[in-house]
Amino acid sequence: MNIAVCIKRVPVMEVKFAIGKDGASVDETGLKYDVNDFDLWAVEAALQLNEKNPGGTVTVISLGPDAAGEQLRKALSMGADKAVLLKADKVPSDGFAVAEALAAELRGGNYDVIFFGKKAIDSGAETVGIMVAELLDLPCVPAVFKLDIAGGKGTAMRALEGAAEVLEFPLPAVITVDEGLNKERLPSLKGIMAAKKKPLETKPAQLGAAAVTVAKMELPAERAAGRIVGTGKDAVPELVKLLQTEAKAF
Amino acid sequence: MAHVFAFAESRNGEARKAGLEAVSAARQIADQTGGGEVHAMIAGGPGVAGQAERLKAAGADVVLVVEHPGLALYNPEAVAATVAARIKDGGYRAAVFSATSQGKDLSPRVAAKLRAPLAPDAVALAVEGDAIVVRHPMYTGKVIGSLKITASPALLSVRLGAIPVGETAGAGRVETVPPAIDPAQGRVRVTELKEGNTSTVDLGEAPVIVAGGRGLKSAENFKMVEELAQSFGNAAVGATRAVTDEGWRPHSEQIGQTGRVVSPELYVAVGISGAIQHLAGMRTSKTIVAINKDKEAPIFKVADYGIVGDVFEVVPALTEAVKQAKAQG
Repeated sequence: MNIAVCIKRVPVMEVKFAIGKDGASVDETGLKYDVNDFDLWAVEAALQLNEKNPGGTVTVISLGPDAAGEQLRKALSMGADKAVLLKADKVPSDGFAVAEALAAELRGGNYDVIFFGKKAIDSGAETVGIMVAELLDLPCVPAVFKLDIAGGKGTAMRALEGAAEVLEFPLPAVITVDEGLNKERLPSLKGIMAAKKKPLETKPAQLGAAAVTVAKMELPAERAAGRIVGTGKDAVPELVKLLQTEAKAF
Repeated sequence: MAHVFAFAESRNGEARKAGLEAVSAARQIADQTGGGEVHAMIAGGPGVAGQAERLKAAGADVVLVVEHPGLALYNPEAVAATVAARIKDGGYRAAVFSATSQGKDLSPRVAAKLRAPLAPDAVALAVEGDAIVVRHPMYTGKVIGSLKITASPALLSVRLGAIPVGETAGAGRVETVPPAIDPAQGRVRVTELKEGNTSTVDLGEAPVIVAGGRGLKSAENFKMVEELAQSFGNAAVGATRAVTDEGWRPHSEQIGQTGRVVSPELYVAVGISGAIQHLAGMRTSKTIVAINKDKEAPIFKVADYGIVGDVFEVVPALTEAVKQAKAQG
């Protein structure tokens, strides 16, 4: 099978962010980067599908700056066969502009399955994979936590609020991956060595025009310091009293 | 004076709370952009037209009913085609969706079909001059972005619970709209809806959430968390990623960076240390209570009220105390 996975370079979130000088971006000073969590599970899904159907190719694609090559190498070291970097110094905040560039690369690639992570944890949007599917006129099944592909079609499950849907779809298709589908493999030393020799092609991203702009970014208000009501079960009556009279929480 | 479109999500023939919130959000935009009409669409199997009154009460001037046996379960391609066709013909200023699983499936499909801008997952919205501006949590909630759209139609999805359902006189009219494509032609087919335990409230709608972490030590001990949730009467059970990774609870209950993002009236964290990934999913809760044996646990930094102690001792006592308080109140 011919499989594509789209991944994004995102900051590691275990930091306190600062707002950039323009007031509409995050200050990138000192940030570390990794592959977006959901995209690692998308890579894993692609590798597992390829292992079940030997003889195929897994192509990993990322839109971002030159440095996103690091994230592509990580996917190659996990086992993807080749990589394409769609170079853009800044990733637009409008998901559709990104989707157009990815669709331009994926169109004509003759892929049986195109995987995305469910969402990028930096933008917090959940739009690009689905938009790419629309632009390519492919069936799209977003946010799957169960997936079975065989015989040119697939079945999947996705979570709703308080329920789940079972879906059927034909290939080729676009699938976005939710947590719970799999656990990503760690790159082996052999994989890391092999990745250095795998092809990584760089070309300019054909970004669409952005119609959604970030006017402002702010840090959320800090929560006021709380208090320790007490120790052990003796503190329970006071806690319940505070919840009822002060917080009016129930 | 342009009108505003809303898509009102339904399930099993009933409008969802999220759907009514989308209608009320559209009402807000219409009122702030010169008092145009709100046109709210609901799609479902035969009988879904019966929901029209609820949509009117939430702020719809016109209810657009798409009724078809092939829409009894969500049909992504048929619904997206029908919504896109209506928005295209309607000349709307904006179109509002729910930022639920279904709305997050539907809204990008429609945006791409129309090549219209989409601002996702709004927690607040405002009309500023000729622009619609939504506040949208980014970087796992550590940054709040203001996304601005000037073009029409501006598409947006609103987070569950962000916009309260309004109450209006409900004098609207009803139009029937046929599906834009035969639902049988949809390539992606939902074959089954597996309902969760319907006696429990969904995390996104629950006013109270009791969540458990690794401090509970086993799946069996979550019974204690469930009992505390039951004592509140309207609480949902949540869990940390450590817990769902262990398989103690299903992934659907995970709260955090890669799971659900919630902001209930009351969040009770039981045996949760407060890893940054977990805080990303619950830090906007109105009141946070933490119970943890380690007084240095980071959860106490975001908690309004904390009890330092053994969860196996404190939680059953709290359950009893809440039951008693409920019985008296």
